[in-house]
Amino acid sequence: MASVSVRMPGGSKITIPHYPIDMIGANERASTFTKRSIKKESKLDALYTAITMTDLTTLEGADTPGKVEQLCGKAIHPVPDQFMQELQRLAPSRTIRPIPHVGAICVYPEQVPIAARCLEGSGVELASVATAFPAGQLPLDIKLRDVKRAVKFGATEIDMVIDRGAFLRGDFQKVFDEIVAVKDVCEDNAHLKVILETGELKTYDNVRLASWMAMEAGADFIKTSTGKVAPAATMPVTLIMLQAIWDYYQETGIKIGMKPAGGIRTAKQAVHYLVMVNEVLGSDWLHPTMFRFGASSLLNDLLRQIFKQYSGQYYYDDIFSLD
Amino acid sequence: MKVVKTVKLYIGGQFVRTESGRSYSFNKPGTENQYMRLCQASRKDFRNAVEICRNSVSSWSSRSAYNRSQILYRMAEMCEGKRLEFSTIFKDCLDVTNDRAEKMVDEAIDSFVYYAGFCDKYQQISGSVNPVNGPFHNFTTPEPVGMTALIDSDEFNFGSLIDNICSILVGGNAMVVLLGSGCPAILAPLAEIFATSDLPSGVINLLTGHLDELKQFIATHREVRSVSFQNEREDVFFDMKEASIDNMKRMVPRHKNVKSLDNILNFVEYKTVWHPIGY
Repeated sequence: MASVSVRMPGGSKITIPHYPIDMIGANERASTFTKRSIKKESKLDALYTAITMTDLTTLEGADTPGKVEQLCGKAIHPVPDQFMQELQRLAPSRTIRPIPHVGAICVYPEQVPIAARCLEGSGVELASVATAFPAGQLPLDIKLRDVKRAVKFGATEIDMVIDRGAFLRGDFQKVFDEIVAVKDVCEDNAHLKVILETGELKTYDNVRLASWMAMEAGADFIKTSTGKVAPAATMPVTLIMLQAIWDYYQETGIKIGMKPAGGIRTAKQAVHYLVMVNEVLGSDWLHPTMFRFGASSLLNDLLRQIFKQYSGQYYYDDIFSLD
Repeated sequence: MKVVKTVKLYIGGQFVRTESGRSYSFNKPGTENQYMRLCQASRKDFRNAVEICRNSVSSWSSRSAYNRSQILYRMAEMCEGKRLEFSTIFKDCLDVTNDRAEKMVDEAIDSFVYYAGFCDKYQQISGSVNPVNGPFHNFTTPEPVGMTALIDSDEFNFGSLIDNICSILVGGNAMVVLLGSGCPAILAPLAEIFATSDLPSGVINLLTGHLDELKQFIATHREVRSVSFQNEREDVFFDMKEASIDNMKRMVPRHKNVKSLDNILNFVEYKTVWHPIGY
């Protein structure tokens, strides 16, 4: 088996396994997870679980404090009272479970102070992209200042991007060192999610290698994409990362979280991902501390499907805010 | 070798199979001879169609009246180009004479042209400038009601079907059509007309399937703002009307009108604007 060697800051050498992935096998295996029949109460459970796992995201150049405040409000109270009242009226014999808050808000560092003020005491985590998101093409010292500032202003989770250019030209040490340095800045103040941007890594072998490297370097979560590059999260890529997480757990006993991001827009897709997580990693990972969806429009579809499950009717599309 | 064709659904400008994987046989009338197979749309197909259709309303209603008119006229041209195909289907499926089949196509083309002419006129006829007691310019204009479901008749009448589709289309509405059991075999050539006449995708979606299976979902779906119920089954109409009370859907009952302004006005809402003009 081939391997890649990198050195820890102390000088000790780490060997990262690098072996080929069966692409056709991975695609086929991933497609099998879309064929499970999840109905009624199980589906309802999955929809509620997916809400708690959603990282409600806005990462646009046009983000304003007002938009971030609005998004924070939605994160804490995903539906208006009218939604619950109408649901109870249409399904009087059922006990409607309250809609939980989402897992986290994900914003640019500039919006962190505003989001921190809005989310205070709500239980919703505050994730900030950092390290020159989305390209990651800035010197390390600036990336670290980016992270420090976000943590200082209240980010509890840092979504960092790896330097894909360095990775693709084989400079694995640089990629590894940057993750270690960012982890060092986060310390115990913030969870570190490492974005691999799998759409730019070209091969499944690279995805597996980058996943393992990120975990060795101290990632708490590994994340597929920035959402700015197509393809973003796909089922096969997520499967490969989940398998890497499982193998790493078997080897070290450390549980690493997973966050597919970008392109997950429907409740149906979300349920497919949950099925995959459950079958690859087990129910320990079916928790917002171990699995997240990076999404913005997914939440509305989850709410629509919850309405349908309880009432048997399809709700208005435009009753929910777009952001 | 002869093969039996399975006609797909037409959703969002694409020909798609039903997500349920089901199909049913359509036989020549009075025989056991299978003419073709049709996809049996499920409630999820309907839901998908509604979602796409709803999102296409603005792209259609924001077109200028002149452009909508051009597109409807283009449909007449495309229908003319498919005269032979339609005639063959009518003769095969409805057991009509060649003359009758040709006349059915003529009626459909007449409807396309009639409503194409109305696109920039119905607002002028049904809108008004209102005399009000104050320094306001007050006027009322018709606007599209939105996403509409058309339940087609089981007694096939091509001219009526096109009339009903066009009367919804003229006002800037988008629709999901559940074709009747009389001659659903026309789905493919009919969809090809809509796909090739510059109509934005998703504005017209064609389904084949069973009304009894779908009626509840059509009636209760909140995004369906009105239903044109042209089927003969009164029991289903009243079931749907009852189920739609909760969401205040507009239910337009079966009618025999063809080429009528009233048909267009069934699918508009009126907006009155008060504009200050000063003293």
